[in-house]
Amino acid sequence: MAEVRLESIARECRVQILRMLAHAGSGHPGGSLSVIDILVTLFFGRLRHDPKRPDWADRDRVVLSKGHAVPALYTVMARSGYFPETQLITLRKLGSPLQGHPDRTALPGIEAATGSLGQGLSISLGLALGLKLASSAARVYCILGDGEIQEGQVWEAAMSAPKLGQPDHALDNLVVILDENQIQLDNFVKKVLDIEPVIAKWQAFGWPVIEIDGHDIGQIEKALDQAEATKGKPTFVVAHTVKGKGVSFMENDPEWHGKAPKPAEAITAIREVLGVTANAWENYLKTDTAARAIVDELTALEKK
Amino acid sequence: MPAKASRAAFGEALLELGARDERIVTLDADLSKSTMTVNFAKKYPGRAFNLGIAESNMIGVGAGLALTGRIPFACSFACFVAGRFETIRISVAYTNANVKIVGTHSGIAIGEDGYSQMGVEDIACIRALPNIGIIQPADELETKQVIAYAVEHAGPLYLRLTRQNLEPVCPPDYRFQYGRWLLLRPGHHVTLIGSGGPLFNCLEAAKRLEADGISAEVINAACIKPLDEELLLRSAGKTGHVVTVEDHSIAGGLGGAVAEALAEVMPTPVKRLGVQGFGESGDAKGLYTKHGLDPAGIAGSVRKFLNR
Repeated sequence: MAEVRLESIARECRVQILRMLAHAGSGHPGGSLSVIDILVTLFFGRLRHDPKRPDWADRDRVVLSKGHAVPALYTVMARSGYFPETQLITLRKLGSPLQGHPDRTALPGIEAATGSLGQGLSISLGLALGLKLASSAARVYCILGDGEIQEGQVWEAAMSAPKLGQPDHALDNLVVILDENQIQLDNFVKKVLDIEPVIAKWQAFGWPVIEIDGHDIGQIEKALDQAEATKGKPTFVVAHTVKGKGVSFMENDPEWHGKAPKPAEAITAIREVLGVTANAWENYLKTDTAARAIVDELTALEKK
Repeated sequence: MPAKASRAAFGEALLELGARDERIVTLDADLSKSTMTVNFAKKYPGRAFNLGIAESNMIGVGAGLALTGRIPFACSFACFVAGRFETIRISVAYTNANVKIVGTHSGIAIGEDGYSQMGVEDIACIRALPNIGIIQPADELETKQVIAYAVEHAGPLYLRLTRQNLEPVCPPDYRFQYGRWLLLRPGHHVTLIGSGGPLFNCLEAAKRLEADGISAEVINAACIKPLDEELLLRSAGKTGHVVTVEDHSIAGGLGGAVAEALAEVMPTPVKRLGVQGFGESGDAKGLYTKHGLDPAGIAGSVRKFLNR
């Protein structure tokens, strides 16, 4: 039942991601759509946080190290109440706190500036250690991209994390989730610089590794439970995902790593996310006023 | 006070401040014996973390710790911390994480180890970043005050320290103020603005120049970012000639900052003394002589600059 609720939220977030990117005219749909189920599970099924108190010392932290997927993060933050959902379409516009990549100083609730890949894991180690030193029960969730782990700093942090703070402040409050969507900007990860065997690598660095389907909310929840039950070590979760998940023409295509959909493309994508056939679309829109409003808005944008 | 390296004064200050402030933690990258945090680690083992030879991760961990309210001093040689510029740029500066980045072994004065261990471009790199202040103390007294100030300063700082011993230059009643420089010796023909290692040589050079009838004003520019523009303009307005002296590349360091500030507000002839090209192995004194940072070299450059 809970899973059905989260799946429904994830669907709505996908719609918002596509809408935002069409308005922005640039951005990264592929990785936003691959990571959204993980973010939804965290924000609506897991996190101890209070959007009204983004500086609450004992809040759980999410560090989206693959910062280019920040549209996905903005959708779950807005839905949680960090800022009004009407602000979503200011993404990447001059003066907006919704920067193209996360800016902690611009938007309360963003934990760290990321997007220069490879840095979020080190920050997460520091957060996890600082929380342990403060005897806080808060947990830290760091999300890495699979292309991102080609960065050397990731491996400095990977080598350090299972040892840092031992024995009194071991970082078992840290969970790292790899959004393994198999595509980076230029091409498929295995063609640019293969990261395999990724599980063996993290295990060799001393991490317990869990492998899941990153679009199966039940599996994501179970992995997070397992991580929470693991004492004395941080946990690494390999989440197998599909880049562009939910939109047929975006799925598994490197072209959609960093290209925003045109408004008309976004409308088609939204229809697919909502699971409606082309023939049934007009009738469906009569029943879904929220979708109708977004489609009208994007249609107007197309004409501009 | 006898001469003391600013890294040694830093280690002592940290030990004392650590007793008073639980928030202070140290981060090192296998150089804690050189950065002088080793005694802090012995006294407060639960608050000292050696991240191994992995400076980027050390700086990032520092950012995370700072975001939970700790005050991390992330320490290594100046070249090795500034070399992780991209991590400082995003994880510290842009995130505005309250990390105190400590670069010891600054400049060519480290001597024998040679260029690969010499931080001579660190100021130029970090000066370009918003949010981070840069402080380079010139003796033991000033170093201890700067470290105490750094704990209170809400925001990231880059602290530039030396391996070599520094002769005392600041008066006993000196009180460091962020963004303020110290007039060490008044004069009216030329302004010598020094910082850190070669500052003592500026005072020695001023004595030599006095014998030649040249009155040199000497300023201690501990705060390299932000500059003390008020004192800079007052002194430059009086003397009309400014010479900067630093153990750093002449590109982008204190000299660059001073020249930029003057050029916009009050164009004044500026001569920048510092390191040109790469450093090399040798004894510290010999290297200062070679780069014109010894008293005779500074005095000679001033005479030439003034056509005297």
